[in-house]
Amino acid sequence: MAGTALDENPVTEPPSQPPVRVERTRRVITEDPSTADKNFNRITMASGISVLLLLVLVGVFLMIQSGEALSETGILRFLTRTEWRTDVQPARIGVLGLLTGTVLVALVAVVIAVPFSVFCALAITEYSTAKRRKWLVGVVDLLAAVPSLLFGLWGFLYLSDKIVPISRWLSQNLGFIPLFKTESDASLTGSIFIAGIVVALMVLPIITSVVREVFSQTPPGEKEAALALGGTRWGMIRAVVFPFGKGGIIGGSMLGLGRALGETIAVALLLPQVPQKIGESIHILQNGGATVSGFIANRAGADSFTTSGLLAAGLVLFVITLGTNMIASVVVSKSRSGAGVDI
Amino acid sequence: MTDIQTNDVDEDDIIDTPEQAASVSNAMSSKVEIIGGPPVGASTLEARDACAWFGERLVLEGVNLTMPKGKVTALIGPSGCGKSTFLRLLNRMHELIPGAALDGEIRLDGEDIYATGTRAQQIRMRIGMVFQKPNPFPAMSIQENVLAGLKLARLKCDDKDLLVEQSLIRAGLWKEVRDRLDSPGGALSGGQQQRLCIARSLAVHPNVLLMDEPCSALDPTSTRRVEETIDELRDVVTVVIVTHNMQQAQRVSDFCAFFLAEENQPGFVVEHGATDYIFSTPKDSRTLDYVQGRFG
Repeated sequence: MAGTALDENPVTEPPSQPPVRVERTRRVITEDPSTADKNFNRITMASGISVLLLLVLVGVFLMIQSGEALSETGILRFLTRTEWRTDVQPARIGVLGLLTGTVLVALVAVVIAVPFSVFCALAITEYSTAKRRKWLVGVVDLLAAVPSLLFGLWGFLYLSDKIVPISRWLSQNLGFIPLFKTESDASLTGSIFIAGIVVALMVLPIITSVVREVFSQTPPGEKEAALALGGTRWGMIRAVVFPFGKGGIIGGSMLGLGRALGETIAVALLLPQVPQKIGESIHILQNGGATVSGFIANRAGADSFTTSGLLAAGLVLFVITLGTNMIASVVVSKSRSGAGVDI
Repeated sequence: MTDIQTNDVDEDDIIDTPEQAASVSNAMSSKVEIIGGPPVGASTLEARDACAWFGERLVLEGVNLTMPKGKVTALIGPSGCGKSTFLRLLNRMHELIPGAALDGEIRLDGEDIYATGTRAQQIRMRIGMVFQKPNPFPAMSIQENVLAGLKLARLKCDDKDLLVEQSLIRAGLWKEVRDRLDSPGGALSGGQQQRLCIARSLAVHPNVLLMDEPCSALDPTSTRRVEETIDELRDVVTVVIVTHNMQQAQRVSDFCAFFLAEENQPGFVVEHGATDYIFSTPKDSRTLDYVQGRFG
């Protein structure tokens, strides 16, 4: 190095920028993929497009089929009416009563499932040995594999009676909150609260898995920093893991909400499927309530006008769940923690 | 044990107004009390026959080393010789790795930090750590970052603003950030982030500060700043620094310990002593070879 003087530097190439600008044309880069690549490309593209096509087809189908009911009732009236009566002429149908029940059940489910999921995810990512972690992940995934019918039956035949005392306690002690009020002679089975609990069990695995995935991406350096400052594990979780995983928790909850909104079988079994009337106060602890999907399941196969109305209700649910899921994935992917997480 | 020439280099491009300079010296003369924090002053740290395992593998064997109070001790040696493991043994970060175990004793002012009934949190509060990669909490502001240790260790302090100022002055970052204490810690440059991490560690008034290659991810200017900081910390806190940079070890440390590991053998301390001695006339030829850059 020391022996090489600067003037001995053997530069042979021309200077990289010529003194005069010349007119340049871009060379076209051609790529000639192999036949195998071409075919594989076609197959994968076709699969991808068909998924999208399916979504559009379902939407179009719902729109066409619901046309009869919607044109007769009027879209705005359908969206804002709570009644569902096909026994009068003209029929008075609307989705709002069903939608209220749907949203309430889903919210109860998410409110119950999210804390459980977050703590479950923490147990897996922060408080477990490698062996126990594997085991716990397996169990949670197994929970996702249980057919929802079984959850519904279990809730209907077993859990419902066990929850009645909790409902009673809530209504007696928190009855000043309008939502928790019950009428004096009302039955406490078949309530939105019970349906929400059962639905919570069904959405628990999906929320847990998103939250777990996000938590596990927490930068180890930041976790170490918190511990090295004298923090406890819980302190470290509050200072580092929660702020990092915030987006994942919100996104996972919304994804769970999307699932909960469409959950059918449990609510069809548990709720009496009487649309909530606006003006009447909402009682989530006592018998009553209906959801879009449960109502459709109960009434399916009726005359063509009713079917058309049910499909219109389905269309509303379709739009809402699609919206919720899209917002959820945007929230997760925009957050710092969710960059590498697919939901 | 060379002194860093702080006089003939500009601290910054930022020049203090007389008032600002006065306020800085004011801030440093007042004393902030941290309630429930570590005892005041630097501590002596001693390793007695310290060994460390990862699972079945013994990675460090029989280390006897005293890191005197208020001095800077550098741990040097080639990669994989157990320096970082030893450092993490000193504030009980070692046990966070599954399967990690130890033997021997680590004594902080004479008391074994691994004694039954001693909480790791208490020890880590007294023995702070700065990591190789700067790791400020990105969601927190600069001020919150500095105070994070208080919050995590559940300590109270009578004057938080003064504590933030003092800690940032000590870490040599105050001038650059005093006007934007509310901006996020993650928005600083790498060197500034590392100094923020030092300030964060200093804010709980630890007795010992461990530094694991604190400058290896930094540019030369930031490295110089961190070295100046270490130099100013002398007497306030005992510093133990792992470094691969021989010049750095020579510049900042009072004492030096040379670690080495033969192939597939646990690491051990070949030699330790005053830095001048280790770098000029060590007893072991391997030490001389290493400090003169002939291997490692």
